[in-house]
Order: sequence, then C-alpha cells, then structure tokens
Amino acid sequence: MEDFSVLIGGKAGDGINRAGFVIGRILSRMGYRIYMYYDYPSLIRGGHNFAIVRASRHTGIASHHFTVDCILALDQATLLRHAGRQTPATIAIFNSDSVKAGAPAAGLAVPLETITKEEDGISIMANSCLIGAFCRATGIPWDIAATVLGEEMPRETEKNLSIARRGFDAVQERYILPKREAPEVPLITGNEAISLGLLQAGLDAYVSYPMTPSSGILHFLAEVAGETRLKVIHPESEIAVILMAQGFAFAGSRTAVGTSGGGFCLMTEGVSMAGMTEVPVTIVVSQRPGPSTGVPTYTAQGDLAFVLSAGQGEFPRFVFAPADPAQAFEWAGRALNLSWKYQVPSFILVDKTLSEGTFSFDPEEPEWTGEDPIPCWDGTHPYRRYAESEGGVSPICHVPTAGAVVKVNSYAHDEDGITTEDRDLIARLVEKRMQKSPGMLAEVEALHPVGISGDPTASTAILCWGSTAGTCREVADIIGLRVVQPVVLSPFPARALRDALAGVSRIISVEDNAEGQLASLAGAHGIDISAQILRYDGRPHALEELRDRVLEVGA
Amino acid sequence: MSRSLITEARNTWCPGCGNFAIEHALKTVIAARIEEGFPPEKFVLVTGIGCHAKIADYLDINSFYAIHGRTIPVATGIKLANPDLCVICCAGDGDCYAEGLDHLIFAAKRNIDLTMIVHNNRVYGLTTGQYTPTSPLHFKGRSTPGGTEEKPLNPPALMLASGATMVARAYTRKLDHLQAVIREGMEHPGFAFIDVLQICASFFNMTDYYNERVYTIKEHDSSDFWRAWQKVREWDYSADAPIALGTFYKSVEPVFNDKFRITRQPGEGREQAVRKLLERRIGR
Repeated sequence: MEDFSVLIGGKAGDGINRAGFVIGRILSRMGYRIYMYYDYPSLIRGGHNFAIVRASRHTGIASHHFTVDCILALDQATLLRHAGRQTPATIAIFNSDSVKAGAPAAGLAVPLETITKEEDGISIMANSCLIGAFCRATGIPWDIAATVLGEEMPRETEKNLSIARRGFDAVQERYILPKREAPEVPLITGNEAISLGLLQAGLDAYVSYPMTPSSGILHFLAEVAGETRLKVIHPESEIAVILMAQGFAFAGSRTAVGTSGGGFCLMTEGVSMAGMTEVPVTIVVSQRPGPSTGVPTYTAQGDLAFVLSAGQGEFPRFVFAPADPAQAFEWAGRALNLSWKYQVPSFILVDKTLSEGTFSFDPEEPEWTGEDPIPCWDGTHPYRRYAESEGGVSPICHVPTAGAVVKVNSYAHDEDGITTEDRDLIARLVEKRMQKSPGMLAEVEALHPVGISGDPTASTAILCWGSTAGTCREVADIIGLRVVQPVVLSPFPARALRDALAGVSRIISVEDNAEGQLASLAGAHGIDISAQILRYDGRPHALEELRDRVLEVGA
Repeated sequence: MSRSLITEARNTWCPGCGNFAIEHALKTVIAARIEEGFPPEKFVLVTGIGCHAKIADYLDINSFYAIHGRTIPVATGIKLANPDLCVICCAGDGDCYAEGLDHLIFAAKRNIDLTMIVHNNRVYGLTTGQYTPTSPLHFKGRSTPGGTEEKPLNPPALMLASGATMVARAYTRKLDHLQAVIREGMEHPGFAFIDVLQICASFFNMTDYYNERVYTIKEHDSSDFWRAWQKVREWDYSADAPIALGTFYKSVEPVFNDKFRITRQPGEGREQAVRKLLERRIGR
C-alpha cells in the first residue's frame, strides 16, 4: 500500500492532538513519512476534535486524504460525523463504553474506560488503550508501539504501557501494515519548523502575544529558550510586541515576532515605524479566517493583500510564504538574515494548516543558512545611522559602540537621524529607502523564489501559494499538471514566475480565500488566470476534494 | 569629557517652554555621570511623539525617536537586549497617559529598570491645545470648548497602585530638585517614575498656579507605601491644594531585566542546538 490514513476523534480535552502525534510517531518508526491534519473548534472541553494521520511511502507529503483506512473513535460523534470517510475496508475501532447505538458490526469494540479504570489510570489514558488496539489491528509489532509510547510518555510510563498492552490484547489483527526500512525522521509542526529556522539563523529574541495559530512558536521557543540562550518575552499586547522587537534590534539582537491577523492589525503602526527607522524585524503572520475574530482555530489565506501593504507610507519589505516545513525552515532563516542585511521588515506568511499541521521533516532536505554576517560601521568616520550608500543600506552600528552616537528616528530625518522637514532631505531619504528594492529583488531572484513541481512540461499549470501547494503538488502528480508556487511574494518575482509558466496555456489558481488574492497580484504583473478554485470555509482541501475541483474546472 | 552633549539641530521649542529645563537637567545629570566614569555610549534615550520628543534630536546621545505612546516597549526591548545600558524614557502626558497607558502600567508591574520622565504640561501642545488625561476638570481645549466633563488621572497614585518601585514628582522651575530626582531615578534599580510638572507657554501656562502651591516634601519616609499613598493624593491634579514635590515612594525589589542576562556569544552558531532538538524528536 502506498498510503495509509487513520482518523482519531473524540471530545476536546480527550488529548486527540497528542494521541494523533503518537500514532504518527509509531507509523514514522514503521518507516513511513507522515502528515497529520488536526481539526478542532475553539473550546477547551467538549465539542468534536479529530486528527487524520496519513502515512505514506512518498516523501514530501503535506496533505490528507478524505477517506480513511482506519477510524479510532473515543465517542459516538466520531463515528457519526465521519461516516462518509469510511469505505467497506475501513477498520473501525471504537470505545464500547461510550458507543452503543450504531456501533459498526464489523468494528472492533474495546471498553477503553473500563480497562483504564481497571488499570487504575486517569481518563486521558484511554488514548493509550486505543493506540494499543490500533497497533494490534494493523499488525504493528508491540515492541515498536511500546518503544514510542515510552519515549512520548515520560510520566506514568509504566501505567500507560500496561493500559496500551490491554488494548493491544483486546483485538485481533485485521490488516498487516508492512514495515519499511526507511530511516525515521523527526515529526514537527510548521510552527516548529519556523522556530528552528529562526534559531539556526541566529535568533536572539522572540517576542509574542499568544494568538492561534501562531502560539505554537511562542510555546516551543519558550520551552527551548534556556538551552538555546534565546530570550522569549510575552508582553502586554501586539503593539508592545512589535515595538519591543525593534528595541531589541536597536541593541543588536536578532528578533522575531509572531501573531495572526487580529494581532497583526495592532502591529501595523510598528511595522510602519520599522519601515521608517530601518530597524530589522521578522514578523510571522499565521493566517486564520477573518474578518475580525473569524474562526480562530481554522485555516485561511485571506491576509496576503493586508501583509503586502500593511503600515502607512511606502517602504520595501520581504514577504515569504513557505508551503511546508522544509520551506518554512529555509525561508524563516532567510527572512531573519535578509531583514538584517537590508534593514527592512521581513514576513513569514503562513496559515493554520502549515502552522499546526504535523509533518515528517528530513533535516537533509532544506538548506541550512546559518547566520549571515552583515556589514557594520567600520569606525573610521563619524557615525551616521542613515548615511547614503550604494543600494540604500547604511552601515549598521548597535548601542553601545564607543565613539558612535546612534540615532534612530520614526520621523522624517537626515542622515544623522535628526528630524527634518526639509523637502530635499525628505525626498533624498525616501529615495535611499526605496533604493533597496532592486537589490532585494536581485537577492530573491537568486534564491529560486518560485517552486515548480508536478510535470514541468505540462501546458496547464496550477498557481498556488503557501500550504495549499502541498495538496496541489499531489493533485498535479495524479492528473499530470505543472505546479507553480511563488515562495516570495514581495518583492514580487515576476520574471521568475513568467519563466516558471513558460509554455503554459492555461492557469488554474488555487487559494484558501474568497477574492483570489494571488491571482490579483499575478494579474497586476500581466499573468492572467484561466480558472480559479477558491475555498473559504476554514478547511483545507483533502486530496480527493481538490482533485475533483481541478477536474471540474477542466484541467 | 569635552563633548557638549548637545547636537547642532535647531531647537524649535517655544520660548519659555518647560522642555528646556528638562533638557538642561537631563544633560547635566548625564554629563556628571560621564565625568564619574559611566561610558557615554551606554546611555540610550527613547522618546514618543510630541514636543517632548524633540529632546531626542537635541541631546547628543544614542536615541530612539519612537512613536506616540510607545517609548516603554521600545525601551524595554533595549534594556532586555542589554541590561548594562542606562535607558531613559522621555514621554509626554498625552503620549504616555493616553495612548501609552497600558505600557506604563506594565512597566511598573514588571519593574523593568528604566527611568521614566513624563513631560507633563497637561495639554496637547503640538496638536495645538486639546485636553490630556491630566488636564483639570472643566479644562477648555480645542476639542472641549465647553470644558471637559472628566476628572484628570493622578499619575503618581496610578503608578503606586501599579507597583512602580520609585514614584516621584518634580517641577521644571525647581531645577536643582529636578536634577536630583532624575539622578535618583537613574541610580534606582527598577522602574523609576518621575512626573515632571512643566508649563506649556503657548497653550497652558500654569507658572503662577504652580509657583504658589509647590513645596518640597521633607521628613518623609519613602519606604512607607501608605504614607506615599496619602502624599500623592494631597493634590488630585484638579482641585486646589498644595502640590508636593519629591520622591514619594522607593523600594528595592527584583528587577525584571536581571533575568535576561544570558546572551548568545557573537558568532556562536546554533546548528548543533537545532540538530539536538530534532534528534530528540526521534527518541535519541
């Protein structure tokens, strides 16, 4: 089998995300590549949560299947809600303590709560029992299950193992998932990939106010702050976040911030300040549906136009939209480096699907950029923070530097950083800042700013950005299409995009928004779209759903 | 130290503006500390937007001329990046008590080691004369021609309630005292809040009012919170009462920035740390 998908569902508070991750780890240890989609409403207890874990022989998977091979139900709602995902071959394993009516006759009934109670466990340990049953039903050897459970449950390990073993013994083998010899690679979320990318590029400080779906970055970096000598601060608001980040950068600390649309609204005055002060800052914006509070725990790509133009006035910026953890790792590092090299704000624009999805991450795949050195003031002449120079980038100097007075200014200023309203000076400093744009474009053009996958000779192309590219790639492989994905959205790599589309007569754009924001951007650069597939219900396309829609619009 | 500490920027404050006194006091204190051996490059001045903010142009020290209400978050970032710096915030009353109020409260709450000087002229000067959070009740400004209907804030009381570890008030026409308080603020480990009464020569000239009422507090135990509380409530920024100047409250408590002294060494790569974090994910 090429692929195996398992859905686990229950109520919020049942530990579905965690259980899904453990199943992913077990399947990963079995030699498969993993992608996990996690779906949950914005509440702490109750409601319905589910995760779909997909295991594949193929590398680079970043999408889920609609139908599943195995369904693990902690409650009745899981079976009812996901009835349409089952085929006659689907193995259903359910909690017979809570599922009574409508229990599948062919399913495997396991009294999860009874077993957990008998083993003196707490209710969340029912997950271990279910994982044990899943492993037996799919022919996964006990030693693999036990090893991974031991690694993932450092507390109460023995109790969890005995509960899992009871689940393992409670069912019969229904299917044998073949073990593969491929080496295990780490499973990480998109948020963790961004975090690691920032760290390897020399991040000194991360400042953030919690906001789904970006909070995973804050949590992960706070957790590893001690061992990586990183400063992680959670201040009073996103307004404080973006300003504090610039304070850090002024004193020489490479700093990133993270938020979602609502928090980013508050940051815009600070983003504009960074445009004028030329203080580097990297901003992660993880999108969710808007406007306003929208749907906090679901996905969207509705903030592209906003991020491209956020802040009053005109100033250059980098905007990168990675599709998967490998790209997220690579471009997060580049975002940090390029922000410092050009002294401009840089953005990493992602969404809930990438931020909170779990993926196999092969550290050999992405480029490790490390920390690029930046040209600093050489101390030979009086320091001028905004000295005119070729390419518009003034030599940087951080406080404290003996012999230098560093004056950064949000007001229109002269080369020394002193306020001015002189018309010639104003114009010259505008030109100095805008002069960076050609260099920034040349820089990204050298970094393969447009991803090409699928059949590079096909005359029909799917144009997409961000997390949707993962699903588009697989659909293109099935149908035989080209996929063109600009990773860089500002400065817009129009020439590279046109090159990537050479020989294409029909472009189908796929976006998780209602307006087709990338299509508009491409259109503004003379690239016309033949058909659009837009989704705006907060859910990412499953592979089959997108395939069908692409076929509908006439691939 | 031969540096003048004053830039060549043309000063555009109105004649008689209280900002001159604050600039002079700050300059004098900085010069004295440099004379005593404090490295000049370790001073950083952060300002907001408004007349006060021009002090960033005029003082020849490191500065971050920020935006309206946002001195404190910028200053906090600077101090956390390098706790050895002496970070001073100059903010206006509109700037700091209106749009920037949450930051002010949080700076006091977390006891970050900053010296906060509020140029409190109780009117918006640069936007030509509207009321501010400390304008007296019934103040007639351009946005409230019939007089305000709201009472002013009492900033020192607010700062005491928020946990500031030094709370003081000074007046621009008591220059020696102003200098002494600024110096005390810089030497105080923790959040030092100084509300500086200053007149706006163009829109709210309170010189006579202040001159008649201000007095310097004596025999006051600044470690006694409740004494301080009573003292700061003597005058409520609106009704007629004696106006106390001095340090109302001072205590030494754990300083927020001290927890952030660990810093990555220059050139120290992170690749090993990242690889280790990844390996942990596969149980190694």
